[in-house]
Amino acid sequence: MTIQTEPPRDSSFDDAVLDQRLTEVWGTKPTLWGWLTTVDHKLIGRRYIVTAIFFLFLGGIAALVMRLQLGGPNAHIVGPDTYNQLFTMHGSTMMFLFAVPVMETIGVFLVPLMIGTRNVAFPRLNAFSYWVYLFGGLMLWTAFFLNSGPDAGWFSYVPLAGPQYGIGKRSDIWAQMITYTELSGLAVAVEIIVTVFKMRAPGMTLDRIPLFVWAALVTAFMIIFAMPAVMVSSTMLILDRLVGTHFFNWAEGGDVLLWQHLFWFFGHPEVYFIFIPATGLISSMIPAFTRREIFGYPALVLSLIATGFLSFGLWVHHMFVTGLPRLGESFFTASSMAVAIPSGIQIFCWIASMWDAKLRLRTPLLFVFGFIINFVIGGLTGVMVASVPIDTQVHDTYFIVAHLHYVLIGGAVFPLLGAIYYWFPKVYGRLLNERLGQLNFWLAMVGFNLTFFPMHLLGLMGMPRRIYTYQPEMGWGPMNLLATVGALIFFASFLLLLFNIVSSLRSRTPATDNPWEAGTLEWATGSPPPPYNFARIPVVSGREPLWDRPNSLPVVTGLRVDRRELLVSTLVDAKPDMLLGSPRPTIWPFAAAMVTSVTLLASIFTPWAVVWGALPIAIVFTGWFWPTGVKEEE
Amino acid sequence: MNARRFAQQIALAAAPALLAGCVDSQSVLNPQSGEAHDLARLFWIFTTVCSLVWVLVVAALLTLLLRRRRPDSTPETDNLEQQSRKTAVVAGLVALTAVILVLFTLGSFYTTRGLIAPGPHPLLIKVTGAQWWWQVEYEDSDPTQVFSTANEIHIPVGRPVTFDLEATDVIHSFWAPNLMGKQDLIPGHRNSLTLTADKPGEYRGQCAEFCGLQHSHMAFLVVAQTPAEFWAWRQAQLKPAAPPASGQQALGQHLFVEGSCATCHTISGAGAGGKTGPDLTHFGSRSTIAAGLMANTPSNLAAWIKDPQELKPGVNMPQVPLSDHDRGAIVAYLEALK
Repeated sequence: MTIQTEPPRDSSFDDAVLDQRLTEVWGTKPTLWGWLTTVDHKLIGRRYIVTAIFFLFLGGIAALVMRLQLGGPNAHIVGPDTYNQLFTMHGSTMMFLFAVPVMETIGVFLVPLMIGTRNVAFPRLNAFSYWVYLFGGLMLWTAFFLNSGPDAGWFSYVPLAGPQYGIGKRSDIWAQMITYTELSGLAVAVEIIVTVFKMRAPGMTLDRIPLFVWAALVTAFMIIFAMPAVMVSSTMLILDRLVGTHFFNWAEGGDVLLWQHLFWFFGHPEVYFIFIPATGLISSMIPAFTRREIFGYPALVLSLIATGFLSFGLWVHHMFVTGLPRLGESFFTASSMAVAIPSGIQIFCWIASMWDAKLRLRTPLLFVFGFIINFVIGGLTGVMVASVPIDTQVHDTYFIVAHLHYVLIGGAVFPLLGAIYYWFPKVYGRLLNERLGQLNFWLAMVGFNLTFFPMHLLGLMGMPRRIYTYQPEMGWGPMNLLATVGALIFFASFLLLLFNIVSSLRSRTPATDNPWEAGTLEWATGSPPPPYNFARIPVVSGREPLWDRPNSLPVVTGLRVDRRELLVSTLVDAKPDMLLGSPRPTIWPFAAAMVTSVTLLASIFTPWAVVWGALPIAIVFTGWFWPTGVKEEE
Repeated sequence: MNARRFAQQIALAAAPALLAGCVDSQSVLNPQSGEAHDLARLFWIFTTVCSLVWVLVVAALLTLLLRRRRPDSTPETDNLEQQSRKTAVVAGLVALTAVILVLFTLGSFYTTRGLIAPGPHPLLIKVTGAQWWWQVEYEDSDPTQVFSTANEIHIPVGRPVTFDLEATDVIHSFWAPNLMGKQDLIPGHRNSLTLTADKPGEYRGQCAEFCGLQHSHMAFLVVAQTPAEFWAWRQAQLKPAAPPASGQQALGQHLFVEGSCATCHTISGAGAGGKTGPDLTHFGSRSTIAAGLMANTPSNLAAWIKDPQELKPGVNMPQVPLSDHDRGAIVAYLEALK
């Protein structure tokens, strides 16, 4: 009989030794190999966010070229073909490569820190999802620079995107980009759900989960229910184009409107994949600047969940002028109006939270104010376009362009900018410059409103969307010029942010662990956090644990320090349940993403790619899941 | 652009109301039919209420900024009284929101119901969207009263007109905002739209659903006329094309019918029967060419025939090699087709 030696546990070390031991076990080597194989949620999350912001700039530059083209009548900066590619790239990039990924993966970075654990569930899947996302985005933009950018709009309506009217491989590239991004989106959704359900710090009962984590959880569930619709429809589109399946061919018994139903069944919830996490960011930032807990926590959680459910019953409001029965459309008017109620509850709760408070007017809070001011405009025009009669006038006009940008920029980019200022010290260990931050806010506010407010009027003056030019006698010139000037100012605000980031990264003064004196767990660890997040897993007794116990958090001990080990807790009460190993770095996710990406890309050229691609994919996944007998997999 | 012109443009942009006054033939803000009036009324009710809500939200933000207390870092909690007061206010506001939304929903519902109530004996016009022009066919139970035109639709005031909307290639959307909201034209589906113009006038419309390269240049004109004027126009349209009145026009007709033009275009009575492009039987009576791209003048028409791809890149009309002399003859012929 062998003698079982007791493994080393965190209770037997002092802080310095523990840090050293845990860093050895959890650390990522600063080499190329380490970079390719890492499964650390912070590194992958950061990489995701940086990549998404890179795509934000690409999408923004596409928008700027369009604004220049529309700045005056009969302009010739770009022709119709380039213009159509530009607006398709702009929409597709902003929705699929920027907004949804950035919101989901702020969760990849923040959720484990906010709930007091050391990594996400399924960290290798997390690494895989990043590489697939990166390859999908690069494929799209490479195609664009090879003059094969999709040109049928980010919504790719058939028959325009179908085999007869969609030329070359442009629409296939678009449809396959969907597959890449949805694959990564679904993977992250699964990770977030399991992480939030099973890996919360002891004591973090359902009513103590930070609101951003709630938002990430609701979003993850929505992604799981909505994304399959667009993956199915984009695959059907590729099949129609590649092997003539006629799903959408009306002449052969297919249906043109089927595409719209499937696309918007995904497409409307998608808006909420972006907006719900943004509201979570707002709810999580406000307490640090009001110095008290958020008002109406249960109402805010229920609003998130209600928005999640309702968002699946709205898709037809994108189709009010397609000739569906009027009575049926009225149902969707009612449901579209109803979604304003949870949004209203959130707005009222945020205002109540700030009412009579000791407000600290720092940059993140300014962006919260900007968010409310702008988003409420977008929300209210949303109520207007929910009305069938009004929508028949403004649908597919610049009124909608204004509306959707007030919702998405006002409702998601302003919170994101606030969040960048708020969490940057946690991610990079440096505070962003406050004065530049305030300037950034005012530039963004002025530029954004100058760009998009006139578009409401342009829409009412009869200007349709997606036109590459217009005649001078239409009288749209002056307002468009104003919007173009606004766009330049708005773009400058992002350059200023970039400058602020670069100059702050080069600053020598490190940020403290908790520069905002906030109350949630991510501020209980270093800035940036060590590879293992928390030396000892904290125990939570309230919604703002750092305020409840300002001097030191209680902790649980007993985790092994010779292997990657996490504490798994129960779903509702977050009682410690068991200890579980967490996977180590490996190259397999990268390899799997490579073969998957090559197969997907090849499959838009020949159906045989699926057959031959299956072989390397099978090999790589066999390698990935081959039992190795290491400690983490015991 | 010089500085003065720039300043002028900014000044114009700052005065949208002024602008809406001068350019209003394709505008939601200038309703010219009963239907468009109903839509505009609902729009202004919504806009007023929504603007008020926004003003109240911003006022609340300003108030809380003014009432803010000196910052210090100690966390605090609302006392019970504050909590319950806030809860009551928030609950009241949510209830108010719900009431507004219910009223909005009812307003929308009844407006829609009013719009789709069938009127008596509508005039039937079939509009078919194609990349990138509009085919217009006046329907009638008597086949001798049926005729086709393109991109210009004449309607009588005071009588309901029902547009049957179809598409043969991709999805388009029929939208003349002064008269009515839009409706999509979808391959494989039949949609319709009914409106009654209030008073005579020319209203511009434009395709509102992205339909490819020249989506920007797919406009049409709706000419609302008194019943007598409409009747006269209709009688003229029912006639075959006028015979050439000069040698140049006769050459033009010959070139048109014997050359490649007639493969796509119809000129009834002249022997040209192509169906893929617009019917040109009474081309000279229309005010624009190429679906609202340019005014219908001889020089514009000559430029258009010389190089359609230059003026409307991607258009299905090919460049046909013609001498200036021959082109001039075709222009003279077409412009005479009143």
